Amino acid sequence: MLGFIIRRSLIVIPTLLGVSIVVFLLLSITPGDPAELLLGERATEASLEAMREYLGLNEPLPVQYGMFLKRLIRFDLGETIWTRQKVSTEIKERFPATIELSLAAMFLSCLFGVILGIVSASRQYSIFDYLSMVASLIGVSMPVFWLGLMLMLVFALNLGWFPVSGRISVGTELTVITNFYVLDAIITQNWKALGDVLHHLALPAIALSTIPMAIVARMTRSSMLEVLRQDYIKTARAKGLSEMKVVLKHALRNGLIPVVTVIGLQFGILLGGAILTETVFAWPGVGKWIYEGVVKRDYMVIQGGTMLVATAFVVVNTLVDILYAVINPRISMK
Amino acid sequence: MIKLLNSLTDPETRHPFFDQLEKLLRNKTGVMGLVIITVFLFLALFAPLVSPHDPVENALYDQLKPPMWEEGGSPRNILGTDDLGRDMMSRLIYGARVSLMVGLVSVGIAVVLGTLFGAIAGYFGGWPDNIIMRIMDIILAFPGILLAIVIVAYLGPGLRNAMIAIGVISIPRFARIVRASVLEENEKDYVLAARAVGARNSRIIFNTVLPNCLAPIIVQASLGFGSAILDAAGLSFLGLGAQPPIPEWGAMIAMGRSMILRAWWVMTFPGIAILLGVLGFNLLGDGLRDALDPRLRD
Repeated sequence: MLGFIIRRSLIVIPTLLGVSIVVFLLLSITPGDPAELLLGERATEASLEAMREYLGLNEPLPVQYGMFLKRLIRFDLGETIWTRQKVSTEIKERFPATIELSLAAMFLSCLFGVILGIVSASRQYSIFDYLSMVASLIGVSMPVFWLGLMLMLVFALNLGWFPVSGRISVGTELTVITNFYVLDAIITQNWKALGDVLHHLALPAIALSTIPMAIVARMTRSSMLEVLRQDYIKTARAKGLSEMKVVLKHALRNGLIPVVTVIGLQFGILLGGAILTETVFAWPGVGKWIYEGVVKRDYMVIQGGTMLVATAFVVVNTLVDILYAVINPRISMK
Repeated sequence: MIKLLNSLTDPETRHPFFDQLEKLLRNKTGVMGLVIITVFLFLALFAPLVSPHDPVENALYDQLKPPMWEEGGSPRNILGTDDLGRDMMSRLIYGARVSLMVGLVSVGIAVVLGTLFGAIAGYFGGWPDNIIMRIMDIILAFPGILLAIVIVAYLGPGLRNAMIAIGVISIPRFARIVRASVLEENEKDYVLAARAVGARNSRIIFNTVLPNCLAPIIVQASLGFGSAILDAAGLSFLGLGAQPPIPEWGAMIAMGRSMILRAWWVMTFPGIAILLGVLGFNLLGDGLRDALDPRLRD
């Protein structure tokens, strides 16, 4: 098992190297002088020359990449063009907001997805099964940003149940320690702020959770159906156990194994989908930041943000693979 | 439909294509998807004939007219008008053209390149396989929509670049599927026979092996069509895809966003159009999978 974990973890290195090559090459496919792209049109000739020196633009491409890699390893992602802030500082401020939103969405989609899947599977071909599968098909076919806007229109603007956008109300005081507002509110035992933060989190998290929820529900259903057909379930039923016990105690454990993989993959997709959701709800996370970088043509932001999200995606996928092997030891033998 | 099919063809002697078609027509999900797609295809092809107005014609006196069933609406603009007085219904109909074209082009790019790469990797194995599949892994290391956004950010916004970006991010799914089926087919006797009679590699790949790998490619293409429409709408919503005045559904939602309280219909209807279109391809994909390739069922 340990051997598998080490082998699987080592694959991360070439993958991340590949990712860094893509991020590096993207800048060179863009027409124009990279130094000018990075510094903006108003840059002076002297600062342009300094930038060329810094990026090694007068050197051959492989040397440039080597320098790029060296900076990456030191977490030196340069300065943004517009705010002249360190990219790494901006990431530290914004990434927790994205993780918080993704975790909340993941929580909702796992909870409701698994419940829907279990109930559908244990009542296959019932009206509930039919309706929940239709709903999940609609869930995967819906544009997330549109759902976000519709939720905003109905529940925030018309009914006024939720705030329209942002992470916290203007008047609410919260001592920021970790930048995870939910965590900060709990640490400082600021229950009023916690309520406010959760209130803000609700709509974007619901919008972001629909697609993964639908996928988790479908996966849980089909995996549970497979398990429920097996002999040991028949034995459990023959022993006279209640259906509830058969489903929840005997079938669920094995039924959830494939679901874990799907959940992990969804987490990475959430990080990408967050770009649209964060933009709709003015959520100050990395997704909205990357989008603003794209609009303002701030290539340092795009480079840093892309590298960050891709790295997070790769790491999460690796953890999921390892977790999968832990709960299903047959995998690591292959 | 099945009766019609059986009366036109003889089930005993007809081409196997018709057997698959019959299986698809017996599948309710697939038929539902097929119906939705046919409607959209009809609207897209005959847009100039069926749409009541010109989709890009401004009408200054008809700005933000609500749908006909709301107070102030008129049968002239059944689904209302946007802030430039353009007829929503006509723009939605022309939008079907844009979305289907995006799907066709980007899935086309992905199918052609993905199949080629997958076939080469699976057939030759060894270092070509390693290089190709590692590149696919790297593409898959990015969350899809992020990579598409970044590619368009560097290439420049516009529908053409958006289609290229969406095509590129979808290549790995086809490459992986084709590689797996080529690996499976490679072992079979008919490939050995082709090799024994001295067929060239390209002939074995394209004339012998690939036709037997078509089922999963077709299923994936249908599902990919849906996600291409969804991704393109997302890019256009962010202002990176279709540029005004092209009637693209995602761009229409972005425009409606600024008048969300004054005119709910400008934002709502394009979303429903996207939902239905994508749903159609997802239903068809599910139906095709059940009919053509039951092994893939999840």
